[in-house]
Amino acid sequence: MLDILDKYDVLGAFWMTIKLTVFSAIGALVIGTILAVMRVAPVAILRRLGAFYVNTVRNTPLTLILVFCSLGLLYILQINLTDPNSSTSIVDNNIRWAIVGLAAYHAAFVCEALRSGVNTVPLGQAEAARSIGLTFSQSLREVILPQAFRGSIAPLGSVLIALTKNTTVASIIGVAEASGLMKEIIENETASFGVFFIFALGFVILTLPVGILFTSLSRRLAVKR
Amino acid sequence: MDDVNPGQADRTTGETVAPDRTGGAREPMVVIEGVNKHFGDLHVLQDINLTVGKGEVVVVLGPSGSGKSTLCRAINRLETIESGTISIDGKALPEEGKALAQLRADVGMVFQSFNLFSHKTIRENVTLGPIKVRKKSKAEASTQADALLERVGVSAQADKYPAQLSGGQQQRVAIARSLAMGPKVMLFDEPTSALDPEMVNEVLDVMVGLAKEGMTMIVVTHEMGFARKAADRVVFMADGQVVEVATPEEFFTAPKSARAKDFLGKILTH
Repeated sequence: MLDILDKYDVLGAFWMTIKLTVFSAIGALVIGTILAVMRVAPVAILRRLGAFYVNTVRNTPLTLILVFCSLGLLYILQINLTDPNSSTSIVDNNIRWAIVGLAAYHAAFVCEALRSGVNTVPLGQAEAARSIGLTFSQSLREVILPQAFRGSIAPLGSVLIALTKNTTVASIIGVAEASGLMKEIIENETASFGVFFIFALGFVILTLPVGILFTSLSRRLAVKR
Repeated sequence: MDDVNPGQADRTTGETVAPDRTGGAREPMVVIEGVNKHFGDLHVLQDINLTVGKGEVVVVLGPSGSGKSTLCRAINRLETIESGTISIDGKALPEEGKALAQLRADVGMVFQSFNLFSHKTIRENVTLGPIKVRKKSKAEASTQADALLERVGVSAQADKYPAQLSGGQQQRVAIARSLAMGPKVMLFDEPTSALDPEMVNEVLDVMVGLAKEGMTMIVVTHEMGFARKAADRVVFMADGQVVEVATPEEFFTAPKSARAKDFLGKILTH
């Protein structure tokens, strides 16, 4: 059993999972915030664009999005995210495109989590912000979004956990993350429960603290009304 | 109409401003002309005309649903209007954008539900507008905030959050937050209606103090005592119309309209 840990770089594979998670989480948070702002903007066209993005991306399987990134954008359209002449360009490109795809996909969920947070902010807060002369963007930045973020910490935690596990889909475009290594081990060795157990445990170790952290954060940062 | 009896000539339209305390004429501060608004089928504001002079305190009374809150909120465009004009200190209320934000900065608003920024401390509530809108330095805004909080009697609470304060304290902070912008006119939308009875006076005292200092105030309230004590004029609204405009003394002792008599009969008998 434990010789698997010696023969294969399990920790390295999980390190890739962590890298995918962290970078796409940052991307998803940025894109998702922009989308959420669009969806509550007073400009109808922005609201519609935001809704279109969320409805399209959220309802497309992640597998399709990542395959589209890899086959469509990278191989057919030749959009390289790294120097195409470097010796590791294929691997690096796929990792970066996986991060882009994961971020774009989860941004839709971040947007909806934030929007549910915006709905926890009473209308009076926005009225008070406007009444002291803050512009729309100042009201958002100073009053609405800080409260919306605090109100959406718990759902954002769920999105982050889902994102951690969804990084496994990146193995289909050749990113050497944990689940990819698991398949490799099963192919080379024998399919034992032990292999499943090691990888399942790895994901639990990654996600369980995230859940606990976000629950306590949401309690600690909750806006008292 | 002949100008024989000024102050009475336009009793129902409210276009005549009450004289100031020395008997002199006032310049108009808020001019509302021909304002109409519907909520669905309900005509909440029907051709409203009202002029409020500089330093004048106008109390708007009326039964619930009479449109008095809507009128108050329309003055800084928290409610849009369908026709007519509202101007403040000679400037017409802009429709949208930066110009509207700038004008709102000059119009203080105190809400029934306080609406202090829940995620900010009391001091931050008072300094936010001066820093972001008036572009004051943090130190300057903070000094000013402490002085204002002292004035409304909540300086000991400056580092707490709104939820840790009583309703009366929160409302006094809300007044300080508005004052920090150096407003030309203050709007009060039922400022004491959400308060426990024992906290009403601490808020009214602050408002009476403001009135005495010559702040232009439009106050929607059910506090008849405040109207008697501090108002220059009482505007009585019913069913979306300005029914009667009078001095508090005239209004409470000899109301002209049947609606006002009925209203006063209901609230003053017990």
